[in-house]
Amino acid sequence: MRDLTSRALDTASALGAAYADVRVVRRVEESITIKTGRLEGVAGGESEGFGVRVLVDGAWGFAASHHLSPAEADRVAAEAVRIARASATALRTPVRLDDRPPAQGRYETPVREDPFAVPLDHKIADLMAADASLRHVDGIAWTETTFGAQREDKTFAASDGSYTQQLITHVGAGLEANAIDGDEHQRRSYPDNGGAWASAGYEFIRGLDLVGNAERVASEARELLTAPPLPPGTRTIVLHPSQLYMQVHESCGHPTELDRAYGTEASYAGTSFLTPDLLGEFRYGSELCDIVADATVEGGLGSFGWDDEGVAAQRVPLIKEGIFVGYLSSRETAPRIGRQSGGAMRADGWNRIPLIRMTNVNLLPRDGMTFDDIVADTDDGLLFETNRSWSIDDRRLNFQFGTEVCREIKGGKVGRLYRNATYTGITYELWRSMDAVGDASSWKMWGTPNCGKGEPGQSGHVGHGVSGARFRNVRVGVVA
Amino acid sequence: MSATHGIGGDPEEALELARRVVQAAEAVGADEAEALVVAGESALTRFANSEIHQNVASTEVYVNLRFVRGKRVGVASTGRMDVEGVRALVERAGAIAAHVDELEDWPGLPEADATAPLPQAWSDNTAQASPELRAEGARAVIAAADEAGVTAFGSFSHDAEALAVASSKGTAVAERRTSSQLLTVTMGPDKGTGYAEQCHVDATAVDATAIGHEAAQLACASANPVELAPGDYPVVLTSYAVVDVVDMLGYLGFTALAVQEDRSFYEPGKRVGSTLVSLADDSRDPAGLPVGFDAEGVPKQRLELLANGVCRDLPFDTQTAARVGRRSTGHGLPAPNPYGPFPTNMVMAAGDQSIEELIGGIDRGLLVTRFWYTNPVHQKKVIITGMTRDGTFLVEGGRIVGPVRNLRFTQSYLDVVAGVEAVSRERRCIKGFLGGSVVPAVRVSSFTFTGVTADN
Repeated sequence: MRDLTSRALDTASALGAAYADVRVVRRVEESITIKTGRLEGVAGGESEGFGVRVLVDGAWGFAASHHLSPAEADRVAAEAVRIARASATALRTPVRLDDRPPAQGRYETPVREDPFAVPLDHKIADLMAADASLRHVDGIAWTETTFGAQREDKTFAASDGSYTQQLITHVGAGLEANAIDGDEHQRRSYPDNGGAWASAGYEFIRGLDLVGNAERVASEARELLTAPPLPPGTRTIVLHPSQLYMQVHESCGHPTELDRAYGTEASYAGTSFLTPDLLGEFRYGSELCDIVADATVEGGLGSFGWDDEGVAAQRVPLIKEGIFVGYLSSRETAPRIGRQSGGAMRADGWNRIPLIRMTNVNLLPRDGMTFDDIVADTDDGLLFETNRSWSIDDRRLNFQFGTEVCREIKGGKVGRLYRNATYTGITYELWRSMDAVGDASSWKMWGTPNCGKGEPGQSGHVGHGVSGARFRNVRVGVVA
Repeated sequence: MSATHGIGGDPEEALELARRVVQAAEAVGADEAEALVVAGESALTRFANSEIHQNVASTEVYVNLRFVRGKRVGVASTGRMDVEGVRALVERAGAIAAHVDELEDWPGLPEADATAPLPQAWSDNTAQASPELRAEGARAVIAAADEAGVTAFGSFSHDAEALAVASSKGTAVAERRTSSQLLTVTMGPDKGTGYAEQCHVDATAVDATAIGHEAAQLACASANPVELAPGDYPVVLTSYAVVDVVDMLGYLGFTALAVQEDRSFYEPGKRVGSTLVSLADDSRDPAGLPVGFDAEGVPKQRLELLANGVCRDLPFDTQTAARVGRRSTGHGLPAPNPYGPFPTNMVMAAGDQSIEELIGGIDRGLLVTRFWYTNPVHQKKVIITGMTRDGTFLVEGGRIVGPVRNLRFTQSYLDVVAGVEAVSRERRCIKGFLGGSVVPAVRVSSFTFTGVTADN
């Protein structure tokens, strides 16, 4: 591999690149989908190639190819340089990178049971058993049970001498039951809408206990059909971790991406209300709100050894006791706020450039109350569980979420079920109203394997650790 | 784009690779096999803060193989086209087919069908477009923004690809396609933003200066927006907003699988829209981004989805069609496909009004440039929530009186098409999430806004 990476870097340098890096990535994937007992699809995918990124005259160029050969390395490096020179014709501020030390080493996701080595018929049998359990419940229109695995074997080399190799493995699985009556369609899923994902091996899938949760999930889907809609109002809400992680993702993860704050995602993903002038001063949330970006935590979809610029994995405070203190950043953007890169540049494969992406953006647990304690401490509220829909404005201020289930809390007891529940608000108003955060007993990593960003589009795998929390005076039950 | 190592835009080479994969599968025991090859080059120049900040190109190949033994189906894909890559692909798909259960309702691969040539899908100008051409387009948009005192953000992309499908059933289809898209968001110093977009098969037909001026003028007009109370208002939706409406109708309802799973609003003969709304899926409309066949190699049929507001036909792939005893309409996605067939080239019929006439019909309401981050709240009723973006204006007495801050809506898109009371003459080709759509602007009698964003 060093032959190819050296060839690309040497060619780029010879043609005038002041900096160059190259990533060679081989990705393998496997997916299994079962719908209502029918094996809908099993697929195995393989993709490999390399991408060369160069800085010429302070401007970026990138080119990539699926064909791994010395001659193609020359062609692609030259193409990247040509593209960079074209970029320089519309450049106002030359790019300056921070001075991270050259990266060296190897990283592998800790995996106890290789998901690709588990026999296919065993995996299918595990899913079939879960899917059958869903269908033990009468009144279910259709079910879906899924498994997915992805492994990337990635080599990074840069003109400053960096050379790293990483083997990153992600797995996920989940199930859902769908109940339908007339115009009403209710879905209930477990552990999450779209399945739960982690950096791990098949041991993660075994730990989900899909079979043990299937009948409960199917019963809840059926029960939702006859549940009343959530009445509009302003209420105390408790967000179960299965919804809270999405709240963190959309209203903290994205607005703390420094490229968005500088406008470089304006034409696609949007910008951010958290502009650099607010750093260190803006009250984002209550004093209970501590949020970090942590690429070192085990099991997160945003865990790695180095990002795709060769910056070592690290833990970066974003919100400290409610104050906005940090960003997800890159070697290009961090110097603009007087800092070193926080190591958040990640690319979706060999044919895409790295962008600032979430790593694992985690709301830290607080000693004092378990999640159950929070519910028991709530006299009159609503418990929202499992994300169903999500939307937030282009500056990440006005959000609206829907969940699969919502239950009344009265006198600390969970009661009546509501369907089609939504809540809405303004990001900083919600986080400022947070008056309880669960302790470590309910804190765990959740994963989003489909976070969209960039042009051409990239799908990111990012993680979120949460324990559940309570918020006051939130508008609920938006009616169309 | 420059000559590269790969198939580039040569459909015959793509078809040759597809045939080679099918033969390799048959040689190791496949009763039937089907290979889809997509090979091409993509490039995109991105600009922000009125300068180019990202600029990329890639050469890629995708081969997807269905390996069938009896009623057992294995699917595998690869990004390699060398001998070892093809061998590994066949081995992987064959191993999957050996380990899966039989599909009792497996209809077999589709029968071969001839496709008509589609020369309008390809432009040499796009295939040969250079980074210098893209930079020139970016500079033209930036110049228009500079002239108006606003800042430009956006992208200019080119794609050229060869596609082929070969199968044991005799399917052997191939074609080449190009597309180009220029879009820009503009921002002014006083919180005004604008948007404009153009898509075309021919990159040199994209008018970057016009797109730049359109977005820049919008950013100037939407400066200093004021807060408007949420509520029900009549609206004019520009083409940039209408594309989201037709996309969601296609994604949630106009698909045979959703109907078969009883999660669609669709019923044949059911009226869901006003008589002014006719919507087709027409992959050969030259105003769109033409496509000749689907991922199963089945020629795409023109489908009347909504005729004067009444549900007519549906997109089918081979599997969903077999369940109801008909043939695929050519709307299949690459296997395995648990999502079902989708319309990918939606065309909405034009009306007879200018944009000014649409606005002129509103006593008090809103003009919405486009929607942002929309997501279903209720699938069968197609209730969607999202935000307005890049120019939302209050209209009073048939005239625009000023910009308002972006609003959240929670609104059934079925009620939107039912409430269409006027349609524009002008239509645009816009890339949505299902493909290139050709859509007009519309006036809708009532639209429910449920929130407003903060000013912070």
